[in-house]
Amino acid sequence: MKLVKVTIDGIRTEAEDRTPLVQVAQKIGVKIPTLCHHPLVEPYGVCRICTVEVHMRGRVRLVTACNYPVTDGIEVFTQTDRVRRTRKLILEWLLARCGHVPLLNTLAAEYGITEPRFGRGDDTCILCGLCVRVCSDVVGAHALGFFNRGTTRYVGTPYDEPSDRCIACGACVEVCPTGCITMDDEVEQIRGELPLGPMTAIYIPTMQAVPHQPVIDYDSCIHFKTDACRVCAAVCEAKAIDHGQQDRREEIQVGSIIVATGFQPVDPQKVPQYGFGRYPNVVTALQVEHMVNASGPTNGQVLLKDGSRPQSVGIIHCVGSRDKNTHEYCSRVCCMYSLKLAHLVHERSGAKVYNFYIDMRSAGKGYEEFYNHLLEEGCEFIRGRVAEVSDWAVTPAEQGKLVIRVEDTLAGLVRRIPVDMVVLSTGLEAREDADEVRRLFNMSCSSEGWFLERHPKLAPVSTFTDGVFIAGCAQGPKDIPDTVAQAGAAAAEALALIDTGQVELEAYTAWIDEERCSGCQICVPLCPFSAIEFSREKKVSTLNEALCKGCGTCVAACPSHAAQQHHFTDAQIMTEIEGVLVR
Amino acid sequence: MATTAFEPRIVAFFCNWCTYTASDLAGTARLAYEPTAPVIRVMCSGRVDPQFVLKALQEGADGVLIGGCHPGDCHYQEGNYKTLRRFRLLKRILSQFGVEDERVRLEWISASEGDRVQHVINEMTDQLRKLGPWHARS
Amino acid sequence: MAEKPKVAFYWCASCGGCEEAVVDLEEQILKVVDAVDIVLWPVALDFKRRDIEAMPDQSIAVAFINGGIRMSEQEEWVHMLRKKARIVVAFGACAHLGGIPGLANLADRRRIFDTVYREVPTQEGQPGTFPQESSEPDGNRLALPAFWDEVKALDQVIDVDYYLPGCAPPPKLIWGAIEAILTGALPPKGAVLSPNKACCDDCPRKDSKPDKIELTEIKRPATHVADPDLCFLAQGFVCLGPATRSGCGNPCIEGNMPCRGCMGPMDDVFDQGAKFLSAFASILAPKTEAEIDRLLDQIPDPVGTFYRFSLPKSLLHRRRPGATV
Repeated sequence: MKLVKVTIDGIRTEAEDRTPLVQVAQKIGVKIPTLCHHPLVEPYGVCRICTVEVHMRGRVRLVTACNYPVTDGIEVFTQTDRVRRTRKLILEWLLARCGHVPLLNTLAAEYGITEPRFGRGDDTCILCGLCVRVCSDVVGAHALGFFNRGTTRYVGTPYDEPSDRCIACGACVEVCPTGCITMDDEVEQIRGELPLGPMTAIYIPTMQAVPHQPVIDYDSCIHFKTDACRVCAAVCEAKAIDHGQQDRREEIQVGSIIVATGFQPVDPQKVPQYGFGRYPNVVTALQVEHMVNASGPTNGQVLLKDGSRPQSVGIIHCVGSRDKNTHEYCSRVCCMYSLKLAHLVHERSGAKVYNFYIDMRSAGKGYEEFYNHLLEEGCEFIRGRVAEVSDWAVTPAEQGKLVIRVEDTLAGLVRRIPVDMVVLSTGLEAREDADEVRRLFNMSCSSEGWFLERHPKLAPVSTFTDGVFIAGCAQGPKDIPDTVAQAGAAAAEALALIDTGQVELEAYTAWIDEERCSGCQICVPLCPFSAIEFSREKKVSTLNEALCKGCGTCVAACPSHAAQQHHFTDAQIMTEIEGVLVR
Repeated sequence: MATTAFEPRIVAFFCNWCTYTASDLAGTARLAYEPTAPVIRVMCSGRVDPQFVLKALQEGADGVLIGGCHPGDCHYQEGNYKTLRRFRLLKRILSQFGVEDERVRLEWISASEGDRVQHVINEMTDQLRKLGPWHARS
Repeated sequence: MAEKPKVAFYWCASCGGCEEAVVDLEEQILKVVDAVDIVLWPVALDFKRRDIEAMPDQSIAVAFINGGIRMSEQEEWVHMLRKKARIVVAFGACAHLGGIPGLANLADRRRIFDTVYREVPTQEGQPGTFPQESSEPDGNRLALPAFWDEVKALDQVIDVDYYLPGCAPPPKLIWGAIEAILTGALPPKGAVLSPNKACCDDCPRKDSKPDKIELTEIKRPATHVADPDLCFLAQGFVCLGPATRSGCGNPCIEGNMPCRGCMGPMDDVFDQGAKFLSAFASILAPKTEAEIDRLLDQIPDPVGTFYRFSLPKSLLHRRRPGATV
């Protein structure tokens, strides 16, 4: 690497030989205006606004700083009269084409242009080519190009047809210096909804994410669409980004497993009368949770879709719980998290908050006190299941509001309450893939899909499969303190197994009476645990009781009455049959 | 002897992990069903020896119900498939012995299907009432 | 010299094969004749019912009774022999389990009479003329024994002390039983005088049995020739060996025929057919109901196959009278 000496506006500096001049200037804080320049693409030198004066070995030249490579000993002047005159002329030419672009007019003002000599054209594209270059060099979509020559030159798509190569990434919009290119309304609308989700294809899932590392969304990353871009990799100083990473499957041998696969919130669209998905300001509790997070997309503000603060907010409890149409059970946590959100929404937005509840279930340490606190805070509590949420205004006061229609069972009348925002306290339900997980671990599910514990009181974190434990909402709805307690119990159970260093066998294993066994081997392949082996030496089948799980299938199959099962012998079961049939 | 209405007696063999748990669930859910089917618990429906079915009929049962996990759900991986094979062959023999199809039944009832226990026992009891008693000996 | 122990042989519903089995003792029969005094043997010696009736109770040391019980006359005879004999041995598969005649329990008396006296094409005389228990042809009263609705094994009619299994019992076992009786070295009452292990134990093809059998086809000796060295079950033949007591010496296997189960079940097995069924179903490959049924269609007569010798002694004994299925 060869360093060269450069002087810019009297400031001496050193730079790598042949570095573009604009970069060197930027580094030392000398401002050179640019229009067609962008660090992600190769210099193009087409707008010429970056023109500067270079003195080299007695020669004086005007050059474009964006693509002029520095060499040793050059002296650069960016604000001489000649430079300013030249830039002024360039700006006037640009204005002759695009007379109303704000950016150009700001620059023009800097150079003392009030009325451009060549008039003001109506175009907005200055033909800088940034969009074309970003689209092909960075995005790799090659959807844009230049067409025609001279005064009729323009940027567009082939044959002016909508291009099927465009991936709607918006990079051209992003780089266009004049705002000539805009996004389709529909796409813009989707982007408008983004504040509650990731803004870019590479993002850190949440501020609290563990590990606290960005992830790349395969489906929206440009690189995986066009094989180009890699802008993130280019700007990452740590060189940490590897687009070549592949999903990896790892097999890990363990002695016990804790299944804590959790729950999923009930899809609020299953309760269509509350208008989720129809009205933009009907949101779920989790979305509000996202908003009230200080490090979240709204910096902790509770905002309506239009960015304004709500004056009134209605929180509807039991959405997808205690409802024969969705789940009959109580999701246990919604009352308390609704109270918490009521408190936070009120605190952050000053809005009037209504809670619509069936029963207030605030059992738990400090919970009832919190409920009383909310009552004192002025939060409204209306007892009754909400019938519907609509934007159908009956009175002027309801205009532009969401109207919650509810029977107030304490007042004994049907009320209509207009609010700006409706929060749906969605219940908890078993995960969609609970059945697959259940099969994987040979567990059972309750009819609602929650994993079944071995015994509700005596073995609350054990399952029917030895060494597999459950904790958290996978077992049933519960709040964080209960989950943590249960997780501790499950971990202790798992540790107890490790600590003991031995496992207790089931008492009801099978055994084979070798005196009776003829060695017919019917039983051998029946055992799913390979506990039975045929002894070539003794010519009989032998059973390893340590491997036997006690299903008794071999016993039922043994034609010699040689295989029997502890506690389930033929004689015992036969006697049971006689017993249950005694008149 | 006073004639009383015929109440069928069913011997039910339920596997510990699915159907027996389901019948427990039916109990905790207070699902009432006909008191016609005392349950004999086995660890797996694969333990149900065809001899048990015949023994129950010989001892005067009017029906036999075997309950196991759904195929693919067996706590012991494949015990219920073995049950199914035995059951299909047993049914052929039972038909030769003159045992009507409804009398001996195999049902897959998972641990969560307490209502299914209720339904199956009620339905079977109904069918057996119509069918009348089974006398193993003439 | 003390009086020789008295021995009786009697036959009920049987084919005569058991009598042949006694003769198959060959020269050992001379030892038997030396050692005992045969007081009854209808197939060989001319003793009448009244001769036995005249004997004091318990005067016969041992009565070997073969054949199933299906007629009133047989019932009378075995009750009498039970009274006269100190030991009763159920001799052969029919007395032990009901045997081949026991397959009649799949039908009833009416069905059998209809078949034999009405429906068979070789019927002579007047079809539909049934034998009567009592009739008076030409003014003479004629009585015939009553024909039962079902066949019973000997121990379903009288108390039995020992069982000599087999169709017919192997001479080796017969000789062993006689020796034991003569020397008084008898096992506990109720014992089957044959090893309590299944035929597979001493099967000459035992070593050819694979670790895992998964049948996708079931073969029958009538339609397929078996490999002479391979385990029958592994080839797909229904071989009752695993559910059948050994002691026979495997003559069927040697003759390239699968075991049919004449020696009966092992101790503590309640129902030989059901037990074999359970074992056999365990080696079938299919998993779905339809596939299983398709495979099982290849066994045309499951009861006749699995209960060939043991139907009367099965848990249900017989087809339910009046059954409609």
